[in-house]
Amino acid sequence: MTEKTAKKKRSRIVVKREWCKNCAICVEFCPKDVLVMKDGFPEVVHIENCTLCQLCELRCPDFAIEVYEDET
Amino acid sequence: MFDYGAYLRKDKFPLIWCSGCGDGIALKAMLRAIDRIGLSKDEIVMVSGIGCSSRLPGYVDFNTLHTTHGRAIAFATGVKMAKPELTVIVVTGDGDATAIGGNHYIHAARRNIDLTVILFNNWIYGMTGGQVSPTTPFGKRASTAPYGSTENAFNISGLAEAAGASFVARETVFRPQVLDKFIEKAIRKKGFSVVEVFTPCPTTYGRRNKMRSVIEMMNWLKDHAVPKSRAEKMDPQELEEKIITGVLVDLDLPEYTEEYQKLIDRVKS
Repeated sequence: MTEKTAKKKRSRIVVKREWCKNCAICVEFCPKDVLVMKDGFPEVVHIENCTLCQLCELRCPDFAIEVYEDET
Repeated sequence: MFDYGAYLRKDKFPLIWCSGCGDGIALKAMLRAIDRIGLSKDEIVMVSGIGCSSRLPGYVDFNTLHTTHGRAIAFATGVKMAKPELTVIVVTGDGDATAIGGNHYIHAARRNIDLTVILFNNWIYGMTGGQVSPTTPFGKRASTAPYGSTENAFNISGLAEAAGASFVARETVFRPQVLDKFIEKAIRKKGFSVVEVFTPCPTTYGRRNKMRSVIEMMNWLKDHAVPKSRAEKMDPQELEEKIITGVLVDLDLPEYTEEYQKLIDRVKS
């Protein structure tokens, strides 16, 4: 699992590599280019741009990406 | 985030479906819809036939029934007749429901029995090797149509509407946030309900039809889906190859199990 956080918008994106099938839907259709493909898996590179729209999670066919809004 | 975990048989993961297959997107939309309605897991029976889509009940922690090819609606009819208080959801594909199961599909709609059919339309028989299905568009290639199909495709939603279904909606997996609302409405509807879900099959359909990657297929769905309200203002030529989305039918009609119970009560009294 890889995990990155940003203080500003308090969003946190978790990628479950063990369930991911490398289709790149989450990366391609993120409206804010938060993710890139690296070594075949999505990687969070601009968490500060994440608006918590959750489209990456909604469109992931494999339950492999999760978007959280953190309390602190 | 939404907690899918409570509804899943996680020991069966990862999903068997290919990379980029949209079936998982529809599965998640279905779970969000069920959660919003607030049904307990024991109140739901999920029935499927044979095909890629029909593997779905294996991943969910409801009462599940994986049946023979084309017969999902027939088994579901039996379950609903025996236990009308249960919510019965059929998960099936274009081949399963409208080729071998075509008669079950239209007659269940005609009876208007309270089933919800989530019909995954990927235009092809994926699991068995990419053969032409009843929804493969004219001219598109399949393993049994290497030079392009010379058959016309079924309009699955139109078929349900003509046969007498209470609720018919159509959406693509590109818009999962709308899809879950349609599935919710379909489950809540008393009567035969169909949600036709367009889902990409990059493995057996895309690569034969100049859409090698799932990204190209998702972009195709995005570009070809036209909401019903906009489609009504377009002429037939503009609508060629387009997918008209939205709630297509929403009627309140007498429901079969209720009518049957009335008959039992009348004859007994």
